Amino acid sequence: MSRVTVIDHDVELTRAGANVRGTLGSVLFFARRYPLGAVGALIMLVFVATAVFADAIATFDPLTTNARDSLAPPGGSHTLGADFMGRDMLARIIYGARISLAVGLGATMLGCLAGMIVGLLSGYFGGWLDLTVQRLMDIMQSLPLLVMALVMAASLGPSLTNTIIAIAIPLVPNVARVIRSNTLSLREMPFVEAARAVGMSETRIAIAHVLPNTLAPLIVLATAQFGSAILVESALAFLGLGVPEPHPSWGRMLSESAAEYVRTAPWLVIFPGVAISAVVFGTNLLGDAIRDMLDPRQRF
Amino acid sequence: MGAYLIRRLLLMLLTLFGMSVLIFVMLRLVPGNITDIIFDSAGFVNPAQKAKIERQLGLDQPIVTQYVRWIAGLARGDLGYAFVSEKPALDEILPRIPVTAKLAVLALVFSVLFGVPLGVISAVRQNTALDYALRVVSLSGLSLPSFWLGLLILMACVQWFGWIPIYRSTPGSFWSELALLSIPAAAVGFRSSALVMRLTRSSMLEVLRQDYIRTARAKGASDPSVNYDHALRNAVLPVVTIIGIEAAFLIGGLIVTETVFNIPGVARFLVEAIRWRDYPIVQNLVMLIAVVVVVVNFVVDMAYVALDPRIKYEE
Repeated sequence: MSRVTVIDHDVELTRAGANVRGTLGSVLFFARRYPLGAVGALIMLVFVATAVFADAIATFDPLTTNARDSLAPPGGSHTLGADFMGRDMLARIIYGARISLAVGLGATMLGCLAGMIVGLLSGYFGGWLDLTVQRLMDIMQSLPLLVMALVMAASLGPSLTNTIIAIAIPLVPNVARVIRSNTLSLREMPFVEAARAVGMSETRIAIAHVLPNTLAPLIVLATAQFGSAILVESALAFLGLGVPEPHPSWGRMLSESAAEYVRTAPWLVIFPGVAISAVVFGTNLLGDAIRDMLDPRQRF
Repeated sequence: MGAYLIRRLLLMLLTLFGMSVLIFVMLRLVPGNITDIIFDSAGFVNPAQKAKIERQLGLDQPIVTQYVRWIAGLARGDLGYAFVSEKPALDEILPRIPVTAKLAVLALVFSVLFGVPLGVISAVRQNTALDYALRVVSLSGLSLPSFWLGLLILMACVQWFGWIPIYRSTPGSFWSELALLSIPAAAVGFRSSALVMRLTRSSMLEVLRQDYIRTARAKGASDPSVNYDHALRNAVLPVVTIIGIEAAFLIGGLIVTETVFNIPGVARFLVEAIRWRDYPIVQNLVMLIAVVVVVVNFVVDMAYVALDPRIKYEE
């Protein structure tokens, strides 16, 4: 995070923040100012590292079945136990981080990009385009996120890409609405008028001057959507309409084990849920801190 | 106000019309229909028989004809026949609504009962240890997948009571039904209560910084009087919005929770119908949900006018 943003948002910080030098300095400063956000960032970092280095960390293959280890309890050679097919839980959770983060990141980026374009176009250019887009967004927002994603996932068919698209589409209206209202107020700003006065084309003003000013609310929104994208992915997988086999998805691990193992093999129920909750908790902590930092109006 | 209401109602109709087209087209974009699923499980395909079933279900007609037939039926209160059970879709959907509605109401009661008071406490005690603890709890409410929370509750019941709270369609008394439903309702309501709590807190904090609160304190009003009489009454306005939106959006949490607790409600029924590509059920249920969302949004806006005399819809 740039030093300037930190200093700008609070007078009392000017003195403290003025001494911040270099990347490490900014990181330490962020950690001191937003301890909970730093914890969230740390949690995220652990999961990202897990996803990236899954091959090096996992001691078992997540897909290898082994009848002899069926429902092996935690401890022994399987640290977190094994599922009905004797697949190592730890390895499946480690590789599951890839699916969760890939879907979360993919859906958030896709949804934000589409929402940003739609919001910018309808806010800046207005007219019939704006009206049409607004009505379309109304329609999309008349279904809850999960229901929309369910219908989308069912009609696109099960695959990693389709799951990402199915979750990204219902995110679009939320983003578009925020970007649009931001654009509406930015459009009337003196600096836009100045750009127009020196003869800049409308398209260039929209991209070069209006767009960069919507980035702060976009980042705040994106971190909030990231967590819900991961939650929706896990719910879709739990309902059997998410990322298909053989990808180890945390949500599907819970549906395989669900009710019948509550009694006999609780570790199959506990660990994947802990993984989902920890990732989402991390994004929420980080998201709150980022919101406090970038959106001073909401800071208390 | 009259003109506003008419415009608003027309927009609602337009939205619902758009939704009906969207859901209808999306369902039929899917490669394969219910006949493919039937023949998939049978293991072989008999083209003549497949065509016959498609004809019976009206799936051989052009998509526009199918759509017009559906909407014309809706206007007469005829939702068509479910593909799987071959019963009228209305008879399949209606009996499943009460249990889902009860769950939703209980979950809402739960979220307001916990969310609002805890949010107020958190705001009044801002930056104390209690505030931090409550904030972490509310953040965790937004982080736990509700189906996992449901599974954890099931696990706790098994562990401590050796008993699983399974919902039966013919429960005994009102109280036993309430007890059985409040467990899954808590699993769904935890998330909403966290949302309500966060919003109550930030809304309270914003109000507490305003001039008229300082005036109230300056003239010697007691802390409770300032917090509850002056601040809460204004802070509760945005909370009403989020409660309304949550009421409509609870269905998302109910889908997974009804699945976990094996409750025969509409939310779980929707997932089953989607799996079977049971078009009449899916499209009518989706429309039902859309109607609920749109109507609740409208009611919330109207409630706003009633609660806050500063807001007026004109033009």
